[in-house]
Amino acid sequence: MKLKKLLLLTLTLAFAVSLAACGNKDNTSGTTTTDKNADSAETTTLSGSILASGSTALQPLVEQVGKKFMDKNSGVSVQVQGGGSGTGLTQVSGGQVQIGNSDVFASEKMKDAAAAKELIDHQVAVVAIAAVVNPEVGVTNLTKQQLVDIFTGKITNWKDVQGKDQAIVIVNRPSSSGTRATFEKFALGTKTEDLKGSIQEDSSGTVKKLVTETPGAIGYLALSYLDDKVKAVQYEGVDATVDNVISGKYPVWAYEHMYTKGEPDATTKAFLDYFMTDEVQNGDVVELGYIPANKMQVKRDETGNVTK
Amino acid sequence: MKSNQDTPLLLRKHRTEEWIGRGYTTICVLFLIVIIISIVYFVATKGISTFAINNVSLSDFLFGSTWSPDDNKFGALPFIYGSFLTSLLAAVIASPLSVCAALFMTEIVPSWGKKLLQPVIELLAGIPSVVYGFIGLSILVPFMRDTFPGQGIGVAAGAIVLSIMILPTITSIATDALGALPRNLKEASYGLGATRWQTIYGVIIPTVLPSILTGVVLGMARAFGEALAVQMVIGNAPHIPTSLFESASTLTSVITLNMSNTVMGSVQNNALWSMAMILMLMTFVFVFVVRLLERRHKL
Repeated sequence: MKLKKLLLLTLTLAFAVSLAACGNKDNTSGTTTTDKNADSAETTTLSGSILASGSTALQPLVEQVGKKFMDKNSGVSVQVQGGGSGTGLTQVSGGQVQIGNSDVFASEKMKDAAAAKELIDHQVAVVAIAAVVNPEVGVTNLTKQQLVDIFTGKITNWKDVQGKDQAIVIVNRPSSSGTRATFEKFALGTKTEDLKGSIQEDSSGTVKKLVTETPGAIGYLALSYLDDKVKAVQYEGVDATVDNVISGKYPVWAYEHMYTKGEPDATTKAFLDYFMTDEVQNGDVVELGYIPANKMQVKRDETGNVTK
Repeated sequence: MKSNQDTPLLLRKHRTEEWIGRGYTTICVLFLIVIIISIVYFVATKGISTFAINNVSLSDFLFGSTWSPDDNKFGALPFIYGSFLTSLLAAVIASPLSVCAALFMTEIVPSWGKKLLQPVIELLAGIPSVVYGFIGLSILVPFMRDTFPGQGIGVAAGAIVLSIMILPTITSIATDALGALPRNLKEASYGLGATRWQTIYGVIIPTVLPSILTGVVLGMARAFGEALAVQMVIGNAPHIPTSLFESASTLTSVITLNMSNTVMGSVQNNALWSMAMILMLMTFVFVFVVRLLERRHKL
């Protein structure tokens, strides 16, 4: 009996796997059929529902603004889900949600260039990232070259960058993380490999906890996570402050994007317009530790070119 | 005998009941089968497309030790190695503890030992894994950092957290097996003049060994699939560790870390699904092993 059952289970498995092998091609067509759902949500008056998903870094802001927007427009419901930038872009591109929140430009994340082009970018806020170290290491400033040397493993002791005699412990983010992409692109200027023995954590809370507790630790955090428990180091002699980001002196920052597929419907457009009002930009955006996008004195495009 | 007269009516009633019950349970079973097959199908579709569509070679994936999605290198060996290492270590730490706890409860002080320990172990089993992870990160990691070389975070911390998580699984299965042991076996041993310890290691342990092993395998299966608690304490460096106190990754931790940040359909996302497929296949292996052990036990 037992043997028969085993055999049956194995056969079922083999069957499923072989089915799977045949079904690869159909996979892409399956996702496109959901596109129609997005269109049917279109309405002329401000009613209906807005579904946003994606970046967990942007989620609290969208949730808070969404609540206020719902208070003002009783017919509208705004729902915000997390899931990460990749999920947000996948879902907005597939039409499952109206807004996809992302920490990075869609063209950087998505392989399918045509699908990325269909998405319209709405830059609602700016997040700046600072390199942080354990307060004990005694370093206040790091140059770009020093940071590159640390994150590529060329410098392994703090004494080589005018600090204490203490081994460097890197608290990194996973290679797919948007925060890491921003830090590598604008602070290091190069992609780095994952070093043997380095720590990787996705959540900012855990990164902060580890940098605070681990002797000799270095990591990077969004400005909203900084306090006196960790030491934010200067980058090329420039303090990581909101003012320096706005004036363009401090380069390690990125936009927070809210993507729509094509032109948004009236309700979604009203929501995104509301996002850019002074009330939200100077209120909720600042309150939650982001930098208002409309205050920025510099602009940056997808390729990283900065213009005044 | 009296009921013979009204058989036709009752029989009809019983037959309809029989059919309704049969139909209902069949639908439930079919539903379960459909769910299982569709999950296997979905994971397999996604997992196989890494090799079929993205042309990553299977041997590079299974035996490659470089995980660098930016350079199109998808070697999953560090994660496979990490998963096996942590779950094996966890089983090595947890098994002796569990077996001793089970012996204590059933053989040494069955009266109050079971009353006191049983609820405690059930409580351990009920604690959510994120709590284990957070305790590990807040208490175990600083302790390891101060006591051992390295940064506290690493394979050893992951294995210890896992061992505590699988303790209840192994203990309860071992306790059940010991409790079900026929009395006459023990009495025969005592009758031959064996002491309690001689009885335990000469008679009891060999007899229930298959059941204990079943518990160990089930515990390992749980450790293998555990994601959150391990991810918080293991460090997640995509490299094969050379020391127990070095940061490493498991299959589950790399999936939870990267899945949400990657776009569906990209190579990296598919590679993560391939790892999910490996996890699933390993679960099947564990189930087979448990079945084999059970068969051996019956003979």
